Amino acid sequence: MTRIIRQHRATLWLGLGLLLLGLLLVLSGASVGSTGVDSLRKVWSDPLAWQIVWDIRLPRTVGAWTAGALLGLSGAVAQGLFRNPLADPYLLGSASGASLGVALALVFFGVSPLATHALVRIGLTGAAFVGAVAAVLLTLLLAQGVQHTLRLLLAGVIVGVVLGAMSSLTMLMVPDVMQAMQAFLLGSTGFVDWTACVLMACVWLLCMAVAWLLSQGLDGLSLGEATAASLGLPLAKMRAALIAVLALATGTAVAQTGLIAFVGLAAPHLVRPLARTRHGGLVLLSSLMGGALLSAADLLARALIAPQELPVGVLTAVLGGGYLLWLMHRSTRTTAGDVA
Amino acid sequence: MASVAICARGIRASLGQTEVLRGMDMALPAARWTSIVGPNGAGKSTLLKVLAGLLPHQGEVTLLGQSLATLPRRRRAQQLAWLGQSEISGDDLTVWDVAMLGRLPYQAWLGAPSAADQAAVEQALKATQAWDWRARTLGQLSGGERQRVLLARALAVQARVLLMDEPLANLDPPHQADWLGLVRTLVKQGCTVVSVLHEISMALQADEMLVVADGRVTHQGACADAATHRSLERVFEGRIAIHAIGAQWVALPIASAP
Repeated sequence: MTRIIRQHRATLWLGLGLLLLGLLLVLSGASVGSTGVDSLRKVWSDPLAWQIVWDIRLPRTVGAWTAGALLGLSGAVAQGLFRNPLADPYLLGSASGASLGVALALVFFGVSPLATHALVRIGLTGAAFVGAVAAVLLTLLLAQGVQHTLRLLLAGVIVGVVLGAMSSLTMLMVPDVMQAMQAFLLGSTGFVDWTACVLMACVWLLCMAVAWLLSQGLDGLSLGEATAASLGLPLAKMRAALIAVLALATGTAVAQTGLIAFVGLAAPHLVRPLARTRHGGLVLLSSLMGGALLSAADLLARALIAPQELPVGVLTAVLGGGYLLWLMHRSTRTTAGDVA
Repeated sequence: MASVAICARGIRASLGQTEVLRGMDMALPAARWTSIVGPNGAGKSTLLKVLAGLLPHQGEVTLLGQSLATLPRRRRAQQLAWLGQSEISGDDLTVWDVAMLGRLPYQAWLGAPSAADQAAVEQALKATQAWDWRARTLGQLSGGERQRVLLARALAVQARVLLMDEPLANLDPPHQADWLGLVRTLVKQGCTVVSVLHEISMALQADEMLVVADGRVTHQGACADAATHRSLERVFEGRIAIHAIGAQWVALPIASAP
């Protein structure tokens, strides 16, 4: 029993640690930029410094944390729901749907992601969100509902490939949108303002509440679908609600920051060795880990080649890919050791 | 005559386009152990899923006198426990957490486990000798150890009917013998046990046997009956022979001529 209490304690400490780390990263994010830490020092005396910190640095840093938290949450839900540790939040085609939505918005409205006008921003964000949700609905339609996990995964792959091809075709036919699309495809927190932060925070609260309420169901599902059903769990309703969480969380994050790879996939994997916990704890910790990961990546992206900055999606792809390679290498080594 | 725990009439079920169960009728006695046997592809596991209400089907199944179709999900989960062939993925769950999932049908949504839940889990883990690993995760256990934890999860339900599909998978002979003892104890306590078993000699230890072939029930009777042995030899096309060793029946495979 002592060991079980120790495990709960580990979960609590990790949660607190990740929260503090997130806070530290957000504060660090407020001091990084082309004017350096000077703006932070003069924030109370210089209106321009205040504007730089409050209107530019803080929203993008807080936005990076919130988008990462949404992706981390989606990753833990996707891996639990599909009973596959390699499941990704983009699995149901939401990323390709969002890309196509943005591509079509750029073609029809001629807007650029670099534009800062609020209406334009809402237009692009809205297009990405509608695209993500439409792609998930299309996946559900092709899979004929949420009953069969394998059919759902296959439908997600098909929708992802087809919509991805349509985005590429759009860019090929209207080359003017290519540069603007690139900013979206590479992922960036540069366009996140306070409105986006509030929107993502509200969606995070809603999704976290639903995911936590259904976490017992995810625990049951890990014993297999038949066992979960035999325990009296309402599988169909539960799956539908969790897919809605997945679509909403992923769609909102992608709409605000573009395509950011690996955060959703890696966050639960980083949590598992640190704290053995049931899905309720895993979803919350993965979300906090996702927030810390994307905040750290955003900080690095802005600091590495300052005053220039790297697209944060590129950085997460490189770091996340490296991490997965290491994970693969470690598991191969462990398996080889077991066989020997 | 013994009362009936599970009654099935005109059961038909398909997997994809293939009809697997082609009209099955049976009445499984309460407080007895019934084993279901038959050749590969006979429909044994499908039948067990139908009896547990886990697979869409035609025909009617009643559990302890109530129609399974109209029985509320939670009530069914309290009366019938299911142990399927391993499809587990929850390597991160501790043994204690897995066994506690067996108490879900009794708990309020997200409610904390009651003292009765804790006691049921402790009893189940001790009965399967998995108590010492309660703080370990499933990922840290061997195949046989996991199987004992999953059995504990099913026992923790404390249901009146226990359905098990290949429960001896991965168990070594001493633990198979323990399982046998456990099943006999459960039956003595009034529990109805229905199991699908590939090992005919183990299946012959049951009270009753349901022999299935080609999606139909070909025989139902006591394991000690000569008619049951003949039926078994027939569905396995004469490739097994049933012998008595002491007070037990064993099935031996007959090798085909080279």
